[in-house]
Amino acid sequence: MLKAHQAQVASLIPFSWVDGPGNRFVIFLQGCNFNCLACHNPQTIPLNTPRANEMSVPEVLEEIRASMPYISGITVSGGEATVQHEFVVDLFKEIKKRPEFSSLTTFIDSNGNAPKEVWELLAPYTDGVMLDLKALDDASHIALTGSSNAVVLESIKYLDSIGKLFEVRLLLVPGHNDSDDELIKTAVWLKGVNPDMKIKINAFKQHGVRATARDWPEVSDEDLTRYHSHLD
Amino acid sequence: MTSLENIRDMVTDPKYTYRQRVAGLANLAENLLDPPAVRKQCSDALSNRIICDMYEGNAPYRPRYLLPDYKKVLVNGSAFLELPPAKDLDDALAFLLIMYSATPSITGYPVYFGDLDTLLLPYIEGVIDEDLYAKLKRFWISLDRMFPDAFAHTNLSPVYNRVSKMIFKLERELLQVVPNISLKVDPVLTSDEYILDAVKTVFACGKPHFINDVMMQSDLGPDYAAVSCYNSLKIGGGSHTLVRINLKATVEAADGDIEAFFETTLPYYLDLTAELMESRILYLVEESHFFESSWLVNEGLLDIDKFSAMFGLFGLAEAVNILMAREGIDGTYGHSPAADDLGYRITSFIAAWVAERKMPYCKGNNGHAFLHSQSGIDLDIGVTAGTRIPIGTEPPLIAHLKTVARHHHLFNSGISDVLSFDDTAVQNPQAVVDVIRGAFKSGMRDFTFNLDSNDFIRITGYLVRKSDLAKLPSARHSSTYLGAGSVADSHVDQRSVKRVTSAESSPSAGS
Repeated sequence: MLKAHQAQVASLIPFSWVDGPGNRFVIFLQGCNFNCLACHNPQTIPLNTPRANEMSVPEVLEEIRASMPYISGITVSGGEATVQHEFVVDLFKEIKKRPEFSSLTTFIDSNGNAPKEVWELLAPYTDGVMLDLKALDDASHIALTGSSNAVVLESIKYLDSIGKLFEVRLLLVPGHNDSDDELIKTAVWLKGVNPDMKIKINAFKQHGVRATARDWPEVSDEDLTRYHSHLD
Repeated sequence: MTSLENIRDMVTDPKYTYRQRVAGLANLAENLLDPPAVRKQCSDALSNRIICDMYEGNAPYRPRYLLPDYKKVLVNGSAFLELPPAKDLDDALAFLLIMYSATPSITGYPVYFGDLDTLLLPYIEGVIDEDLYAKLKRFWISLDRMFPDAFAHTNLSPVYNRVSKMIFKLERELLQVVPNISLKVDPVLTSDEYILDAVKTVFACGKPHFINDVMMQSDLGPDYAAVSCYNSLKIGGGSHTLVRINLKATVEAADGDIEAFFETTLPYYLDLTAELMESRILYLVEESHFFESSWLVNEGLLDIDKFSAMFGLFGLAEAVNILMAREGIDGTYGHSPAADDLGYRITSFIAAWVAERKMPYCKGNNGHAFLHSQSGIDLDIGVTAGTRIPIGTEPPLIAHLKTVARHHHLFNSGISDVLSFDDTAVQNPQAVVDVIRGAFKSGMRDFTFNLDSNDFIRITGYLVRKSDLAKLPSARHSSTYLGAGSVADSHVDQRSVKRVTSAESSPSAGS
């Protein structure tokens, strides 16, 4: 069991330009409840591994302090951030409570596989969620992640309804979840939830993935143009 | 001393344009005269290049940097130039071009074009955007073609306005080397929208440079500008000369430990630097009689009381690394707190020394020289600019900023740094705005960044186009020759590129 206010941290990044708006401090938590074949950092999937560091909220705050003048906010990523949601709630609460951090926005980068009850705990202290949708089709989702997407789709609807959904990210893998039919259905579904939904395309790259996905084709420029034609 | 051979080469070498040849010949003629007299130990240190006069010439007959009060002349008109006050935008633009052509400088081209948005705003009422665009575009092209020197510099005020917006638009369209641009950033007055526009302009053409308006104003007063390679000076004044001390060569000039360096070696060479500076100021003011003969002074556009002189230093990184190695302490500048602390001890020592030493005709800084972190010239090989971290060894961005920022408050006439970013920045310009604001909050005075992928490369403070380097041996901008030397010898094209990305694709354990 994790102690209260402690997290298993895979790594901390003082500046990131790819994890939400502006320059951000990013906390990569260890442990994920999906097991995606296309995962770019599979070493962060298992929980309770000796390669993670156990850190308290004050310890993480101390690290954030060093980046303070230069950042717009912090992002908790993973792993899966919501697996350790008690820690995230405690951390964000402190950020929102202390005047020295008042300029920071709090973002979560999530796979969406968390029940409404978890989002309700996080929502008061969270400014935005960047949520991954691995596939709209449940069979594809199970093939890619090992789990159903039912909870993910509910998360998208709920977070959108309370104005906390910053963007939905689609990791598109050629031949696995990028058919015209699937892209169109995905766009229609997302725009049905919110016509102004911000959709971000993440193109599959082989770098970092495990052996099973190492032979999957990377996204070509033509693929990317096609994706944008359906999703923009 | 000039030889006939030097003169013959300057006349016949096919790489020079006519104007470059005329300027070169003038410099050779000047160097037939003896330099201002100094003691033997001073001239020895100069010939050994422990101290350096920037090859300004043996007989200074104009200040190195001067910043005429263009605002005043537009309002008053000029008797010398036989021009009435400017009445409209066309008047103002023509007047300014005439002024630039009549402004002396060390390169032959003006180092300061004025704060062009502030200067032009009074003349654009009633001018529609379409006309403003057309008129400003012709003017902007004229600046680059008539004054082809990357040290020629304009500043923009902290408040976003129609002129600064149009200037950034033109910059992205024209992709010119001239003018160099500095944006004065105020934490409150300067909007995110304005900085974003500037950042997107940097992505296109490497300009503007960003300066901390609050820090500058507190050191220089409200009427200041950054000119040439980030020399911040008073408008209506300037700098008589720039003399610099090579800290690497200073350390190498004597054996001895860190304490001996502070007690003996450093003060000895600081004194010689000041002596060289003093001799040049006295020659300029008392022998060449510049301030008695210049129409700019007569018409109140320059005032000797707003002048000082720039006491420059460079090669801090190497000085620190050599001293550390000599003491057998591990660590290098930019990578070790002990090395960084030693660096700061050196710059603080020099700042205090310069602030104590009286300097003639330097009322612009209360009778003392301005301290300047000198960003290098093409002949500096194996010596890093100012207080910067050696090119190619720069640490990650946050560590880089922490190493250099602490020095900035000491250098009232400018310091600078060049950060090289990759294309990740283009996807998230707000992140660059955050870094700019953060840098100023943490005490940086001025800095610039390069996008690794565009055609522009910032050499020391000025820009050259990579495509122009490819066209050498001949070049329209005289500064391109200097840039070529720096790329070949100092590898300024190999700055460590900051890829400020997440660990998504390569997470490392621990923090």
